[in-house]
Amino acid sequence: MSTHSSRLAARLMVAPSVALLLIWMIVPLAMTLYYSFRFYRLLSPDRTGWVGFNNYLWFMNAPDFWLALFNTLTLVGGVLIITVILGTLIALLIDQPVKGQGLLRILIIAPFFVMPPVAASIWENLFMHPQNGLFSAVSRGFGAQPILFLEDYPMLSVIGIVSWEWLPFATLILLTALQSLSSEQLEAAEMDGASAFSRFRYIILPHMTRAITVVILIQTIFLLGIFGEIYTTTQGGPGSASTTLPYMIFKQAIVAKDIGRAAAGGIIAVILANIVAYFLMRGLGRNLDS
Amino acid sequence: MGKIQLTAVRKSFGEVDVIPGIDLTIENGEFVVFVGPSGCGKSTLLRLIAGLEDTTSGVIDIDGKDATNLPPARRGLAMVFQSYALYPHMTVRKNIAFPLKMAGMDQAEQDKRVERAAKVLNLTSYLDRRPGQLSGGQRQRVAIGRAIVREPSAFLFDEPLSNLDAALRVGMRQEISELHQSLKTTMIYVTHDQVEAMTMADKIVVLNAGRIEQVGAPLELYNFPCNLFVAGFIGSPKMNLIEGAEAAKHKAHTIGIRPEHITVGDGPWEGVVGLSEHLGSDSFLKVSVEGIGTLTVRAPGEVHARHGDRVRLAPAGKIHRFDATGLAI
Repeated sequence: MSTHSSRLAARLMVAPSVALLLIWMIVPLAMTLYYSFRFYRLLSPDRTGWVGFNNYLWFMNAPDFWLALFNTLTLVGGVLIITVILGTLIALLIDQPVKGQGLLRILIIAPFFVMPPVAASIWENLFMHPQNGLFSAVSRGFGAQPILFLEDYPMLSVIGIVSWEWLPFATLILLTALQSLSSEQLEAAEMDGASAFSRFRYIILPHMTRAITVVILIQTIFLLGIFGEIYTTTQGGPGSASTTLPYMIFKQAIVAKDIGRAAAGGIIAVILANIVAYFLMRGLGRNLDS
Repeated sequence: MGKIQLTAVRKSFGEVDVIPGIDLTIENGEFVVFVGPSGCGKSTLLRLIAGLEDTTSGVIDIDGKDATNLPPARRGLAMVFQSYALYPHMTVRKNIAFPLKMAGMDQAEQDKRVERAAKVLNLTSYLDRRPGQLSGGQRQRVAIGRAIVREPSAFLFDEPLSNLDAALRVGMRQEISELHQSLKTTMIYVTHDQVEAMTMADKIVVLNAGRIEQVGAPLELYNFPCNLFVAGFIGSPKMNLIEGAEAAKHKAHTIGIRPEHITVGDGPWEGVVGLSEHLGSDSFLKVSVEGIGTLTVRAPGEVHARHGDRVRLAPAGKIHRFDATGLAI
């Protein structure tokens, strides 16, 4: 199937879907780019015009911008660290044969099926709430003051909630990687005198690097855009303590109704995502080659 | 040192007795082959000796010490797996050095031993490659290298040649035999291939359904099989087993004649050739003889008999006699 005509036919047949995907991507991007150079406020729709890079300058000079950038990266980094480490440990644990394995695995995967605002609400109201929450009840049980999670540690709280949601994904991918390791390799290592820790360090972990890379790459893409959890819980506050780039763009577009500046923020976020992707691929990409 | 003694070793998985009870002594320096059809428990027996499976009951002594409950690493044995079980992310050098590293040996000594093993196994120029870049035979040698650097008291081989092509298998068979000659270490080798068993073993252990059918030197098993199972299993093509009137003439329930012990030409039996295979050095004929059944005949050289020809056959060699329970008389 690689004659000249069959290759041509193959290209012709994939062309429509490639074209559709390209349009699907390029139109919103082009419009965002267009608006980012325009004066465009929904409250004064008559005043329009080109403003050059002013929208970008305003956005980058906004008092919250660097904090939001830092918060975005903290959120991504924090959640990645927690989910990869805990995910590996949980995968090792549920890979052991136990009774009710099927049910156990469904329970562990369950959080992934809860939609982000719901998950955030559950955490806010059932766990972290200063009066009704489980954590405050535990604190009071020990005679301590309840911790005001969302007020005192807003970023850490959001990282915790998002980690809870993404842990099942990491666990699932890492578990399948673990199951594809040949048992003979582990037995050989056991015969070679490797302790349980050495087997993990020298056999299991290298075997899982590719899966860990996949988890990091996929999660980074989704975590850069985390919005629902922040909107539901802290609203970017207190002050701007838990404002991330997506939340800042949302405030600019929907609260301030300033489409031009929000679009500039969106383009900055796209550039940031590409910088992150570049460094990730440079650092981890070779793990994907077999 | 490498004397291994099994006493009443039993293994069951749930309700199923895989090995109902085995007594066996493997002397120091012996090359012992466990052979039997698939599912006979030979690999399980090897894994019990290695310590990768727990015994249900019974005692395994290694060098006079009770090793039944020792972890695999402390038994002083090295194993070569069917899939080689090399570590794919490590170079050949690191693969071979892995057991030394785990034993906490210093780097200089590790390098020395790895170089020595690589030289013995012709791997020196491949030391910095990864297993994925090697051929099947080379991977096999790396697996053996990883086993010999530890200087174990015995080697365990679990069907190590079954993933190799026929030509390579013959070569590796000789290499393993030569390795045994030079190291003089106990080797236990599991295979379902009787050619490997016959050519390599000092002592063959024939297993069937978890039981030992017979233990002996290769030619002992060939010449004096103690029951029908061993008679049928050892030798290729299989021994002809004849029951009924013909067997009664020899005062036995069943008689067995090996295909190479029947001559074509003149003789008491007459039959029709059903199939003739000409290998050049030998000719295999399947001949239907009335009142006896189909006999396989191995005639040296070229025999000009084709499908449908009538030939006369004569037994010319030992006739094995078995009683009604299948034991040799």
